Amino acid sequence: MSESKKLVDKVLDIYPAKVMKNRKSHMVIKDASVKQEIAANTRAIPGIITNRGCAYAGCKGVVIGPIVDMVHIVHGPVGCSYYAWGTRRNKGKAREGGQNFLEYAFTTDMQESDIVFGGEKKLRAAIDEAVELFHPKAISISATCPVGLIGDDIHAIARDKSKEHGLKILAFSCEGYKGVSQSAGHHIANNKLMTDVIGTIDTPAKEFSINLLGEYNIGGDEWEIARVLTKIGYNIISTMTGNGAIDEIANAHKADLNVIQCHRSINYVAEMVETKYGLPWIKVNFIGVEGFSKALRDMAKYFDDPALTARTEAVIAEETTSIEEEMAGYKALLDGKTAVLFVGGSRAHHYQGLLREIGIETIVAGYEFGHRDDYEGRDVIPYIKVDADSRNIEEIHVEKDEKKYSLRIPASRAEQLKKEIPWASYDGLLSEMKDGTLVIDDLNHIETEQIIKILKPEFFGSGIKDKYMVQKMGVYAKQMHSYDYSGPYAGYQGAVNFSRDVAAGILTPAWKYITAPWYKEPLLSGKVEGVEQVC
Amino acid sequence: MLDETKGLYKKRTGLKINPAKTCQPIGAMYAALGIHKCLPHSHGSQGCCSYHRMHLTRHYRDPIVASTSSFTEGACVFGGKSNLKKGLENVFHIYNPDVVAVNTTCLSETIGDDVGEIIKSTDVPEGKTVIFANTPSYAGSHVTGFSNMCKAMVTHVSEKKEGKKAKGINILPGYVEPSDMMEIKRIATLLNVPFTMFPDTSNVVATPNTGNYSMYPEGGTTIKEIRRAGNAIATVALGSFSSEAAAYELEKKCEVVPYIMKEPIGIKATDAFIMKLLELNGGNMDASLEFERGQLVDVMVDVHNHYHGKKVALFGDPDILIAMTEFVIDLGMIPTLVLTGTPGKAFVAEIQDMFDQAGLAESQVMIEEDLFTFHQLIKASPVDLIIGNTYGKYIARAEQVPLVRMGWPILDRVGHSYFPVVGYKGALRIIEKITTALLDHYDQTCEEEDFELVM
Repeated sequence: MSESKKLVDKVLDIYPAKVMKNRKSHMVIKDASVKQEIAANTRAIPGIITNRGCAYAGCKGVVIGPIVDMVHIVHGPVGCSYYAWGTRRNKGKAREGGQNFLEYAFTTDMQESDIVFGGEKKLRAAIDEAVELFHPKAISISATCPVGLIGDDIHAIARDKSKEHGLKILAFSCEGYKGVSQSAGHHIANNKLMTDVIGTIDTPAKEFSINLLGEYNIGGDEWEIARVLTKIGYNIISTMTGNGAIDEIANAHKADLNVIQCHRSINYVAEMVETKYGLPWIKVNFIGVEGFSKALRDMAKYFDDPALTARTEAVIAEETTSIEEEMAGYKALLDGKTAVLFVGGSRAHHYQGLLREIGIETIVAGYEFGHRDDYEGRDVIPYIKVDADSRNIEEIHVEKDEKKYSLRIPASRAEQLKKEIPWASYDGLLSEMKDGTLVIDDLNHIETEQIIKILKPEFFGSGIKDKYMVQKMGVYAKQMHSYDYSGPYAGYQGAVNFSRDVAAGILTPAWKYITAPWYKEPLLSGKVEGVEQVC
Repeated sequence: MLDETKGLYKKRTGLKINPAKTCQPIGAMYAALGIHKCLPHSHGSQGCCSYHRMHLTRHYRDPIVASTSSFTEGACVFGGKSNLKKGLENVFHIYNPDVVAVNTTCLSETIGDDVGEIIKSTDVPEGKTVIFANTPSYAGSHVTGFSNMCKAMVTHVSEKKEGKKAKGINILPGYVEPSDMMEIKRIATLLNVPFTMFPDTSNVVATPNTGNYSMYPEGGTTIKEIRRAGNAIATVALGSFSSEAAAYELEKKCEVVPYIMKEPIGIKATDAFIMKLLELNGGNMDASLEFERGQLVDVMVDVHNHYHGKKVALFGDPDILIAMTEFVIDLGMIPTLVLTGTPGKAFVAEIQDMFDQAGLAESQVMIEEDLFTFHQLIKASPVDLIIGNTYGKYIARAEQVPLVRMGWPILDRVGHSYFPVVGYKGALRIIEKITTALLDHYDQTCEEEDFELVM
């Protein structure tokens, strides 16, 4: 029996029968010789200590919150706004002469009387006050759990107030109970960007114009990616949504290519944009030296411009040479170590290449809120059963915009390109894993504890809720959502930053003091001379 | 930094900007962690539980474990009964806690789940305890949630055994750090007071790294101890906002006499706490504590020149602010603004009374307000120092005013879990923090010719 199988059995053994059956379906031991299926994006079991968050966290916290020049009003009791205030590390800057509200949290702070009599009056007042105080370009309203239950019509209010004040107001029904994880909130947020924002401004784009999708500028990732892309000659029209600006997103359809970092949170937007406006998307991975270089080469292939391709190669050569020695140094320190990754709907896949570059092999990986396609690849999408929880999340359908649609690449060349670059394609996390390694969806507290105890990896990449438990067991745990307040980790300089931090985390001298000397060395029996006399 | 904060203060009716409070369940979760082998359980969407665990973990940098009923849309329509029942079954089977402390959320409160009834209809394993507190996020603040969970401990656990002689004293430490709880215990022990303190998070959220993880650390007050609290002579409740509800519940349920005191932060409040313990228990003042007090007074005399007459604005939670306002006045400072997000008119009365006694006619106290207001008022009337939690750092930077981090949460510095602010030692630490902040600021901003070696 393989090590992974023993581990799975041991973990499952803890559970009552029903829970065991459920959790078993979320665990797969990689076997490349067969087509494997994993249960994902299904509801968490009550009582299980899951790491998952809610739809509101996915909508306001992940997708909408990073847009810097909007006032993001959270309609509900105070907590939801409070916890999503400055905690995700999506960095941003005001555009010249523009505004930046990332340092602010806005809430209607609903009270009992608002729950009983409705919170619409308060929300209207909040919008008026926001306009009076800040005159922002746009406002978002995110609904929290009680709002949906008491029936406040945030969409009608958004419409009225938008007319009254003459600015864009986007309302999101992202109540926390919707769907089964943050993922539902990503959908709700992105659908609105698709219907109400993208395509509403038509500033002509320069050559080699792209959008970065599913990149949230955590720790400044987007800035490091943009540094290199700009050097090559790309024009980034918009980023969704790290350091995003509302007018830039409105103009996104003018770009020639969408490049997707986080597949989970935004692939459907890219699909819809292609249908409506004609610009295709490719899946990239900006994490890791090889990943980033491959992304740059794929983008160059798409644009097929000799000068751009030459600049791409020159920049890759220049950038990789400058970090080669340092990366080799980290590899020498970390070679042969193992990692367990449990993060996101993408990062548990994205970081495997970078870890391998510094000698660390990933032996267990899983997503917190991934869907089956994030594990198994996009081919599985037509076969995914939509359950009751997902059916509640609105699906929107778009059609070709006859006025704004333009085919970027002739169909004949597109067919050829699809063979060369990941055009609308993603193979999923399972494709990256070695045979015999373990993939677990929605990893929970007790499973983490067992895995760390049994496998004793040197590196655990996850979030803050499980970080300290793992470190109490003597294993370095790194927050892969917030980067432990470091970064950027994307791109070339990011690879160096990440490797430096991982080396520090694994090699910091503190670990060797966990066991006190009196547990390691035999204690000599004897007594201190003269003690009796003194006493 | 905070470039959009402009204009003069004007009362808002709809919009809170940069709140100076958060919601009830997180306070309830923190209180529940102070029970031995207790797993807090959040009855609502899993996002609430996730946010609360995250924020507590950021503050304590220790594992904060709690389970959730993981509501979906269906649960909202049909009620959360089956989620809670199934949840409890799973929790006892898988995690085997001695106690589960259920807190509600705005979701389960809005749909009207009767948590008490649901628990009653659940098979709780022999020897295990389930308590619950109603903690709707749309009322009060995180302090209210802490208070409600402390009260729930009494309601569901404490008992008065008839015919048994009352003995010992209950100490309710209030919403303070594990280090403070440890210090309160040390003081009571030095005074030979037989006491039960609950909740007690001191060895739950500030645990040592031994290479072994234990889901339930050694600390926390046991259910037996909380049960016995009903047989105590008196309850000393520290911090009216976080502790008086539980103290009054003990009085109502078990006839234990309540004494509501300030948090023992600063010299006067510590004196009062110690005098109360001596009054209740008899005995003499401990010599080592007296020595610490003497050291504190010595330092207050020796370094007063660094802070006396300086203007300070304070924000945070009522109990900490009440004690801290008293202490900064005792240090000769001028608290020009004291602001909390938590509701409670008693707070205004208590702070205003301190202002009046100190002759501070210009000073302002505000409740149910936010940090946008706090910032606008500081812009209008500048201060030398801000005292508050981590969220004050934006204003401190924007206004180039030093910040002393006190209260909850502190997300960007270490120390609060290990070094108390209560007691005489704690007061010394506060003075160290205040003088260091003011002097560091001076050293960084003064002219070179004014930069001095000895200060």
